Amino acid sequence: MSELLKNTIRFILFILVQVFILFKMPPLHRFVAPYLYYLFILWLPFSLSRMSITFIGFFFGLCLDYFTKTPGLHAAACTLIAYVRPFVIGLLISQEGADKNYVSPSIVSMGWAPYATYVLVLTLLHHSYLVLLQWMGFGSFVFFLGKVIASTAVSLLLVLLTELLFFRKQKFRTNTI
Amino acid sequence: MRNVFLFIRRHFNFLFFLVLQIIALSFLFRFNKFHEAAFLNVSTEITGRFYQRYNNIEYYFQLKKTNESLVQENLQLRQQLKDNYEAPDSVRRLIHDTLKVDSHTVIKYLIMEAKVVNNTTSQQANYLTIHRGFAQGVRPNMGVTGPQGIVGSVVNVSKNFATVQSMLHYQFKQVAKLKHNNETGTIEWDGVSPLYVTLKNIPKSVKVTIGDTVVTTQLSSIFPANLMIGTITDIVPDNSSSFYTLRVRPATNFGTIEYVYVIDNLQYDEQKLLEDSTRKKTQ
Repeated sequence: MSELLKNTIRFILFILVQVFILFKMPPLHRFVAPYLYYLFILWLPFSLSRMSITFIGFFFGLCLDYFTKTPGLHAAACTLIAYVRPFVIGLLISQEGADKNYVSPSIVSMGWAPYATYVLVLTLLHHSYLVLLQWMGFGSFVFFLGKVIASTAVSLLLVLLTELLFFRKQKFRTNTI
Repeated sequence: MRNVFLFIRRHFNFLFFLVLQIIALSFLFRFNKFHEAAFLNVSTEITGRFYQRYNNIEYYFQLKKTNESLVQENLQLRQQLKDNYEAPDSVRRLIHDTLKVDSHTVIKYLIMEAKVVNNTTSQQANYLTIHRGFAQGVRPNMGVTGPQGIVGSVVNVSKNFATVQSMLHYQFKQVAKLKHNNETGTIEWDGVSPLYVTLKNIPKSVKVTIGDTVVTTQLSSIFPANLMIGTITDIVPDNSSSFYTLRVRPATNFGTIEYVYVIDNLQYDEQKLLEDSTRKKTQ
C-alpha cells in the first residue's frame, strides 16, 4: 500500500475514532479527556517537508474541530505540534540517518527510549496548548494543571495500547537496492 | 526590499506556522463571540450527515429508555385533560377553553419535534445536533426542551440540521425561578459535573429547601413559563455573599436524550425590536 493511501485511511479512522468513541465516552472526571487523534501527526512520514507537515496538521485539526463545534481549537494545537515535530525528531534521532532509512517514526526506527520521549514531549505540548486555550474561556489554574496532567496520562496509555495493538513493521531501506 | 524577501524566504516555515496559528485562533475567538465562523453552515450540514448515520445505529440501543420517557410524558399530559376534572356544580360550570386560536388569545409559542443525532456531555462546551434546519423553520435563539425538562438553545442552523448549545455549556445562561415562590435567578453550568448545574442570584432572605423545583419563567424570551428545569439537591455554603449558590439536578438526562422539542416564540422578533430601540433611545 502506498504511503499516501495509508495516511489517508489513517486520517479518516483517527477522526472517526476520536469523535464517535473517545468523545462519546461518559466522562470519568472533568480533568480526564482522552485524546488519541494527534497520533496521526506523530506517525506521518519523515520525508514530508516542514511546510507540508504544518499544513497537514492544521487541516487535520480543523476537520476534527468542525465535529466538536470549536473551530480553531484543535487546529491551533495540531499546527503547533506539527511545526515542532521536525525539531524534536532532529534532537532525538540516535542512529545515523535513521530518518532516511525508515519511512516514519516508530519504536523500530527510533528505538524505545527516544520514541517514548518523542511521544511524551509532543503529547504534553499538545495538551498544554489545547487546555490553555480552553482555560482562557473559563476555569482556574488548578483546572489547567489538573487537566493537562490527567489527560496526558490517559492519552499516553491510549498511545501505548495503540502501538501494541497495531504494531507497525518497518523495513530497513538502503540506497543500494 | 530585497532584504525583506530574503527574510521571508529564510524564515518561510516559521512565518507559515504563524499565519496558520493566527487563522486558527481568529476562528476560535470569533466563534466564541458570535457563534459563527467560516464554513460552519456547510460543515454543519456535512458533519450532520455523519452523525445521522451513527445515530441510526445507536438509536436502537436507547429505544427502551426513549419509550419510557415518552410514556411518562404522555401520562403527564393525559392527567391534564379537561375530562379528568369534574365540576362540582353542573349549572355554573367554568369551561376552560383549550383552543388557543380565537379572537381574544393569540398563539405565542409553536412547538416542533426534532430528533437528536449527536450529543456530547464530556466537554466543557457541549452541543447537540438536531435533525431540523431552516428548511423546517428552525432559527437561532430558539428554546429547546426535552420530554423531562429544558435542554438548551439553538445557536447555529444549516439547511437540515441545527446545533443546540446544551445547558451543559460554560456560556449557557438562562433565567429561572423557584416554583413555590416565583423568586428568579440564573441557571449556569460550572463545567464540573454533567449531573449538576448551578442556580445563582436567589437572595438569602428567601426560604429555600432541598428538593424545591426550579422552572422557567416568562422573563426568558425563548421559553414559555413553568417548563421544568430541575430540582435543588444542595445549598452550597457561602457566607461572604448575600445570594445563594444552589446545586440543581437537571430533570433532563443528557446522556440518553433522543427527542427534543424546539420552541418557536412567534413574538420574539417584535419583543427584541422594541427592547433594542428602547436601549438606543436611552443611550
